Amino acid sequence: MSIPANRVSAVAAGLDAARLSKDFPALNQLVHGKPLVYLDNAATSQKPRSVIDAITRFYQEDCSNIHRGVHLLSERATRAYEEVRLAVQQFIHAASPAEVIFVRGATEAINLVAQSYGRTQVQAGDAVLVSAMEHHSNIVPWQMLCEEKGANVRVIPMNDRGELLLEEYEKLLTPETKLVAVAHVSNALGTINPIRQIIRMAHDHGIPVLVDGAQAVPHLQVDVQDLDCDFYAFSGHKMYGPTGIGILYGKQRLLEAMPPYQGGGDMISSVTFEKTTYNSLPHKFEAGTPDISGVIGLGAAIEYLTRIGLDNVAAHEHDLLAYAAERIYLLPGVRVIGTAQEKAAVLSFVLDGIHPHDIGTILDQEGIAVRTGHHCAQPVMQFFGIPATTRASFALYNTEAEVDALMRGITKVQEMFA
Amino acid sequence: MMPESRDVRDLYQDMILEHWKRPENFHPLPDANRKAEGFNPLCGDHFTVFLQLDNDTVTDISFEGSGCAISKSSASMMTASLKGKTKSQAQELFAQFQRLVTNQTSEADEEANLGKLVVFSGVCEFPVRVKCAILAWHAMMSALDQKKDTVSTE
Repeated sequence: MSIPANRVSAVAAGLDAARLSKDFPALNQLVHGKPLVYLDNAATSQKPRSVIDAITRFYQEDCSNIHRGVHLLSERATRAYEEVRLAVQQFIHAASPAEVIFVRGATEAINLVAQSYGRTQVQAGDAVLVSAMEHHSNIVPWQMLCEEKGANVRVIPMNDRGELLLEEYEKLLTPETKLVAVAHVSNALGTINPIRQIIRMAHDHGIPVLVDGAQAVPHLQVDVQDLDCDFYAFSGHKMYGPTGIGILYGKQRLLEAMPPYQGGGDMISSVTFEKTTYNSLPHKFEAGTPDISGVIGLGAAIEYLTRIGLDNVAAHEHDLLAYAAERIYLLPGVRVIGTAQEKAAVLSFVLDGIHPHDIGTILDQEGIAVRTGHHCAQPVMQFFGIPATTRASFALYNTEAEVDALMRGITKVQEMFA
Repeated sequence: MMPESRDVRDLYQDMILEHWKRPENFHPLPDANRKAEGFNPLCGDHFTVFLQLDNDTVTDISFEGSGCAISKSSASMMTASLKGKTKSQAQELFAQFQRLVTNQTSEADEEANLGKLVVFSGVCEFPVRVKCAILAWHAMMSALDQKKDTVSTE
């Protein structure tokens, strides 16, 4: 998924970030009297007008429940909902729409696999492998599972650039390892993991792999068949879609063998008090009325991203990250956390003697939104021996001028706390 | 809505920055008969407050640990304010300080006891920073009562 060295520049390829930012209503506002510079995209991205309009249109014109009604509105809503499933299938290159499960977000997707696949496949003495750079959402569900089963969570170590040690990983692929759960892109460090290789190595031992793609899907082309991952989890809200909707991709063979995660309406074929027959995929895993408007908003986000082209987005963000990395190295007293060779649009850093919360407050006053804290990756902070970082994360609408504003903001912070 | 007019210098007043750079009573107190930790898991701020409590009077107080400028300067100024105070005076000052940083202060509060601590009045304009300002105070209260060793903001 790396960007070819001879790529054409993002602007030449047709991505004009300053123009695209006009598509995002929330970006066009003043914060504390300054133009908003939104650099907290790894937490959530802003939403284009088309996504907001699609949600509004659903509630104004098509609002109804899906799959059961025989009336027109329900038919329209059902069609719109299922069309998004097809769009997701194409977006991630899944083999079948039955492999696309709508969930609340990447966290729920991982919990679904832990509770359904994990509880049937992981037994006492077994192990689940995660990496040292995982978000808490790809640690805690496995700890809960392993605690229940008497199994162990084992950790693939990384080096001080934030790159996984694949030789160590190979040693952990033992007969008791039942699943590997690893991030495609690290939210705290920006590392793009060599996920295809990680999957191949696990498969050589017959071990399935879940990929946490929450930070990857907005930034690079994902082809689940090419990766050959067994599960792929991601959220809508980090890819310009609404909050509350996410996707679990799973290979059909695995999903079919898995028991339901939650019981309720829509996930059944027939119910009597004696026996319930479960519905087929993907509905087996979609109990209850889903986030219909969220799915429809997600569909608009996929359409938006597809129109711009993920290759263009990746090239633009790669250029922006390179520009930011160059600029920040010119500043004194800055240490960048996460310096992997392959990085997505995340710039995590610490300033000598200045706490990230103080940095965040001063930057906010300049209209610059960044994330400060442990980024739900406390083990990463412990590895680097720091309590927290300041993280700027970029999206397709960010510009070099905004990076310059960030650098001016950092200088201002340093002057204030000199 | 956040007031558009708030100024970051209302938060980071000179006296706060001074205490951040040169905190008072910033050392362990080996003979302390009370101590407690304050921890904010969201940002990793972590302080230990040491108390020497003799006949219900704070005869000595100190702190150590790490955190942001607001939490560290607040801890520093707290120790400076509490030396020589009785337990009930310390508890009352905690209540007044808490009202100050959450914008519930009465004029009587400020004039009565808060003194230099009013430099933290700007904190109430920055709601996410209230926990920073109050962290060491919670640890102090816990040490006074000696209920438990670690208090958390969460």
